[in-house]
Amino acid sequence: MSDTGVLDRLRAALPAQGLITDRQAVRPFETDGLTAIRERPWAVALPETVDQVRAVLRICREGEVPVVTRGAGTGLSGGARPLKDGVLLTLTKMRGIKEIDVDACTATVEPGITNLAISQAVAEHGLFYAPDPSSQIACSIGGNVAENSGGVHCLKYGLTVHNVLGLRVETYEGDELVLGGKGVDVLGVDLLYAIIGSEGMLGVVTEVTVKLLPLPVCKHVLLGAFDTVETAGDAVGAIIAEGIVPAGLEMMDNPAIRAAEDFANAGYPRDAAAILLCELDGTEAQVATDALRVREVLESRGAEVTSAADAATQEQLWKGRKSAFPAMGRIAPDYYCMDGTIPRGELGRVLGDIGRLADEYGLRVANVFHAGDGNLHPLILFDANQPGELERAEALGGRILSRCVQAGGTVTGEHGVGVEKLDAMCEQFDAAELAQFHRLKAAFDPAGRMNPGKAIPTLARCSELGGMHVHAGKLPHPELERF
Amino acid sequence: MDSAEELVAMVADCRVAERRIAIMGHGSKPRRVAWGHETGVEELSTRAHSGILEYRPEELVITAQSGTPLAELADAVAAQGQLLPFDPPRFGGEGTLGGAIASGLSGPARPWRGSIHDAVLGVELINGLGERLRFGGSVMKNVAGYDVSRLVVGSLGSLGVVLSASVRVLPAPAAEETVCTRCSASEADVRVRCWARRPLPITGTCYVDGTLSIRLSGGPAAIEPAKVDIAVDESGDAGIWEAVRDRAHPFFGRNDVITRLSLPRGARFDDDDALIEWGGTQAWIAGEPRSLAANVYAETFRRDGDGWTTSRPPVDGTVAKYVERVRHAFDPDGVFVGAGSG
Repeated sequence: MSDTGVLDRLRAALPAQGLITDRQAVRPFETDGLTAIRERPWAVALPETVDQVRAVLRICREGEVPVVTRGAGTGLSGGARPLKDGVLLTLTKMRGIKEIDVDACTATVEPGITNLAISQAVAEHGLFYAPDPSSQIACSIGGNVAENSGGVHCLKYGLTVHNVLGLRVETYEGDELVLGGKGVDVLGVDLLYAIIGSEGMLGVVTEVTVKLLPLPVCKHVLLGAFDTVETAGDAVGAIIAEGIVPAGLEMMDNPAIRAAEDFANAGYPRDAAAILLCELDGTEAQVATDALRVREVLESRGAEVTSAADAATQEQLWKGRKSAFPAMGRIAPDYYCMDGTIPRGELGRVLGDIGRLADEYGLRVANVFHAGDGNLHPLILFDANQPGELERAEALGGRILSRCVQAGGTVTGEHGVGVEKLDAMCEQFDAAELAQFHRLKAAFDPAGRMNPGKAIPTLARCSELGGMHVHAGKLPHPELERF
Repeated sequence: MDSAEELVAMVADCRVAERRIAIMGHGSKPRRVAWGHETGVEELSTRAHSGILEYRPEELVITAQSGTPLAELADAVAAQGQLLPFDPPRFGGEGTLGGAIASGLSGPARPWRGSIHDAVLGVELINGLGERLRFGGSVMKNVAGYDVSRLVVGSLGSLGVVLSASVRVLPAPAAEETVCTRCSASEADVRVRCWARRPLPITGTCYVDGTLSIRLSGGPAAIEPAKVDIAVDESGDAGIWEAVRDRAHPFFGRNDVITRLSLPRGARFDDDDALIEWGGTQAWIAGEPRSLAANVYAETFRRDGDGWTTSRPPVDGTVAKYVERVRHAFDPDGVFVGAGSG
């Protein structure tokens, strides 16, 4: 089929203005939240119904056109970067709520609805949807499923995978998979777990059933200011060792504290080496006891503690943390946000090493992160207009991720691999593991046309990098040529 | 003890010799007898591949080899004031970590503390090609690559041999109390569903023989007000949770046929003769199910000599096609017997 044939058929299958091909008009879609990487899509399809999604997939399959699925485009790893010869299947017009089942504590929604809109819609029933990535005001639930998104409250409430009960998925081959539902436990291989976190590589999610939780009746926020990053790191482990699982446990280092304070006037101690923000929630009695115990842990490690039981002061304490990223924009023209996870016990050591690596590369790094989960977000500050700085920032980022893997962690805790961390994946997985991932993808998408080139590097790419991680000197399929 | 090398060699040998393998831990699960019907199947036992590899309580994670007895794991975490949130069944006191993962079974706190799917953070696996692969890890948040660790949960040995796994643990509550009240199944159903919408420290519900038992967990400061809140304060039998979890409760001896019903959240179920747990989302009935709503999943266990055989409803055709392809992706030559014959 000719290219125009495909476009004509797509236009006929979609509503008016549902297909964008004009070179200028597709520009807003050329990047997701990883703005350093851009590509104008061949065409942008904006379906409004599942039937239209199916039609787009059918036409693309018949025309052998690759498809990249996209939600709100807030992803931070380039997972929704378009292809110049592919269709960008954008689901933001499918944002309806199909059902709120208060008895079941579930909501069934279309993929384009924003994360926050779900919690807003169910608040009147005293319920909420727990995962809250920082982009929750804009990011779509379909994108959350693709990335297995986290957020500030994962330690207690889990990631997307812990809060999604059912999915409807369309495959490139034209099949519809109805997976899970309202929490029925079925024995056997559960494909739900293949889809969640698969970065749009296996199929298109067209419906999501999420679990809703009762809104906590009581919250308490404590801020501990520390003289050293290491003692703050130790306090994280100590709180958990007390048997307390806070709703959120966030840490900021001094560069981040100063930037946030200049930006938001949250009342943070500018001289502290690190602060810990600890949010507790639950019943009143439980929160009151836990707050006392957390205060003791923090103070016993020399922290200055500020405590907030009322909503206004709590919001004030969170304000600095929540504005940390925009605040960075004021102290550096560009920043590169990393996303490694390490065991909590390694926090102090790894943060120290990140500081040393930053000095080695002549760049500044600020740390704002989910300490309770060991999920680091080092922000590498640089100026893209200075020749070589972007490359230096990327190289430093690579070193930081290697350090995370060395510490027993992972190259991505919640932002996904996308195109950004393909090289880092070569370090975390060996050839046999990557080959297994590719076979799993082929089980859903034998033609390899769903979001090709993302999430899992090819063996050839890893070989070229020289970073191929080989177990016991053995490569699988030694007969294959590697170049 | 580490017998990974022998296990890898066995899979590789069987693949070459075109012999099939059934993976076995303690062999405590009901469906074990089914494998006997297939000839030429070799048993691969993970029993000797046992031991805790790493446990740092402040990380809330424990990593152990697949043959590690569940009782050993539970004791190790209990000694540090922690618990296995998925609280897997131990039939006859037996069961291994690998078996719990392969069968995807969770205990009485499942709706509140999460399932075994929720708890698994990483696995090391031998696939059907005899390759030793690691997926996931020992950290809570990890989105590098497809989530193979959780895909393996419940796959009944059809994707590979789990060699080791990292699972999340939780702090044990400072206090726990079981309270109970006499009521009809219908009344229990209404009350339990109403509690599900409120932030209460409930970690177990079980209705059987006209008594609704409720387990409350937390600090003492949380439990007393909760008893007032749910208006139940009669002291109950704290042993019921383990008895139901391990199918040792007398209810499970009442019939040679027992059916497990997995009910969608929010569905009404008020059979006075059933055992109803998990906040009304799992029920057991003695005998065959009579009429069931379409969205209820029913799995029947039939006593067969010393063991049980099971029958499950067929998987939807389209989903089954993809499940088969996924199995093929892990085990292209069909080395593992897996659940197919169960």
